[in-house]
Amino acid sequence: MAIPFVYSLRSVRQRYASGAVAVLGIAGAVGVFVAMLALARGFSSTLTASASDANAIVLRAGATSEIYSSLSLEQVRIIQDAPGIARGKDGPLVSAEVVELATFSLKKRGTDANLQVRGVSARTLEVREHVRVARGRFFRPGLAELVVGSSVAKNYAGLDIGDTVKFGGGTWQVVGILDAGGSVFDSELWCDATVLNQVYKRPENLFESLTVRLRSPADLQKLRDTLTSDPRLTVTVERERDYYEKTSGTLTALLRTLGLLVAAVMGIGAVLAALNTMYSAVAARSREVATLRALGFGAASVVICFVFEALLIAASGGFLGCAAALPINGYTTEVMNWATVSHVAFAFRVTPGLIGAGIAFALVMGLLGGVPPALRAARRPVATALREL
Amino acid sequence: MVNANGAPNGKCLIRARNLDKSYQRGGEQLHVLQGLSLDVDRGGFLAFMGPSGSGKTTLLNLLGGLDVPTSGSISVAGDEITAMGRSQLTAWRARHVGFVFQMYNLIPVLTAYQNVELPLLLTSLGRSGRREHVETALELVGLPDRMNHYPRQLSGGQEQRVAIARAIVADPTLLLCDEPTGDLDRRSADEVMQLLGRLVDEHGKTILMVTHDPRAAERARTTLHLEKGTLVEAGRRAA
Ligand SMILES: Nc1ncnc2c1ncn2[C@@H]1O[C@H](COP(=O)(O)OP(=O)(O)OP(=O)(O)O)[C@@H](O)[C@H]1O
Ligand SMILES: [Mg+2]
Repeated sequence: MAIPFVYSLRSVRQRYASGAVAVLGIAGAVGVFVAMLALARGFSSTLTASASDANAIVLRAGATSEIYSSLSLEQVRIIQDAPGIARGKDGPLVSAEVVELATFSLKKRGTDANLQVRGVSARTLEVREHVRVARGRFFRPGLAELVVGSSVAKNYAGLDIGDTVKFGGGTWQVVGILDAGGSVFDSELWCDATVLNQVYKRPENLFESLTVRLRSPADLQKLRDTLTSDPRLTVTVERERDYYEKTSGTLTALLRTLGLLVAAVMGIGAVLAALNTMYSAVAARSREVATLRALGFGAASVVICFVFEALLIAASGGFLGCAAALPINGYTTEVMNWATVSHVAFAFRVTPGLIGAGIAFALVMGLLGGVPPALRAARRPVATALREL
Repeated sequence: MVNANGAPNGKCLIRARNLDKSYQRGGEQLHVLQGLSLDVDRGGFLAFMGPSGSGKTTLLNLLGGLDVPTSGSISVAGDEITAMGRSQLTAWRARHVGFVFQMYNLIPVLTAYQNVELPLLLTSLGRSGRREHVETALELVGLPDRMNHYPRQLSGGQEQRVAIARAIVADPTLLLCDEPTGDLDRRSADEVMQLLGRLVDEHGKTILMVTHDPRAAERARTTLHLEKGTLVEAGRRAA
């Protein structure tokens, strides 16, 4: 049997002042780790929440995003009759879209930020089932009317129902607020695609993308085969989820890398603090350890004992860090989405998986800070250590 | 060679031969023990005396398997401990040796009960078996009512008696005591020495003790002096 855990437990408690530094260091590293990953997680889930498995997006072949794509009205007409596309009572469920950027001023800071203005088809709400009008009404086709995403209405000045705004050389009337379920569409303004083309003096029959509702998620391949083998078309077909995952990927990866980097730097500091705490514990209890060794406890027991102490300290730090990071769950903020050069609002998401990763990170720091001192404690010759006071 | 208890016979428990122990200090070799031999019988009560630095602690550490001699051999109850590896020696200590130190060396964060229980954690005894042994040992040292006290809540004499309970609880083959009364006042020292005497007389323990205190040495049956790295017999008391 090993050295009883109660010994480690009480020894840590007794030297709590020395342990506190390590606990705080580890808590800080874990807090930052969890917060930064919650940021990345929140961002990517906001973008992927915009997507449905039952939707596909059609772009010009080779285009990596909507802004680099174009589709003519004739192409749109060919595509919407392809097999695999769902039909409502008024025809195929497709939305031919164009996006433009416009600047609006933030309520809080008074500064300007870019937002994406999306010209859509009148039937877009049938295509995107998780988007609905929360207040007011949807725009009427042919009119310069806007429906704005809920976080746009909340965060930007002059974009509530009844307000008029000027951009792109036109004057627009806000007629409704969208609820897009926390997805990226909550950070957009929607209007009639044809009107948007007119106002921006773009060719009227040119769109950028076509979002289509599939009869079933399994129909994607059939649609893709049909469209890519049609000699009149040069398009790519992607599942909407894949498309948004790809466009959010770079920034998500950057946020994640940045988070891990900062956490790693803080982690090194925390490991040094843990090493310091444990080395001084080992030094202070040299004679105690020698006594245990004299009684017949083996070197392995001593190692386990001190590693356990380090893990105890690390776990306290881990829980503290997670507890500190938890309140940011659901806190919303905005970042610039580089793929679209527009601002996106999203909420930090602290998931159980992230908490688990935070605790695991803490324990790794505990191991790194605990093993070397534990080995030193076990290697110390018993007869020499017994002579110490 | 010194025979601690008369002529060699079948009762011989410890047999040490030609022990050398030297330390490297700076560029110099410090020869602490030189060609020391010793036989100790089962049930013996031995006191080692000698000036400070003469190597008494060193000898005790060798006999208890806490350190290894530079050369020479030690066998205890037929086990050649000088031929054992580190982990073997650790297991041997757990099974055969009880230590009592001058500064008691109780674990401060553990209660008297938990301190005494420590050696039993290395045996196959279950929880209730351990409780029985701990209670018996604490009763034997006269502290059954201090089980849940922490070392800092005990007097020096009481601490040392708890340490003795810890040393004997697993029924070791021999008891090694390094100045067990060195830090105690006279009354506590007398109590401790009385206790050690009873362990030999009534319980048949074998005790090797280092002491500076002639009063303490009187209790032992044999007193040996360490001089120039080897032992000389100083006196023997009838058993
Ligand atoms: N690890 C070591 N390295 C070098 N020298 C040592 C070491 N351990 C002990 N010594 C030396 O060995 C000699 C014997 O030490 P030891 O502790 O055995 O003496 P002692 O008889 O117990 O003394 P005391 O009565 O003061 O306890 C001393 O000179 C001591 O300085
Ligand atoms: Mg000594």
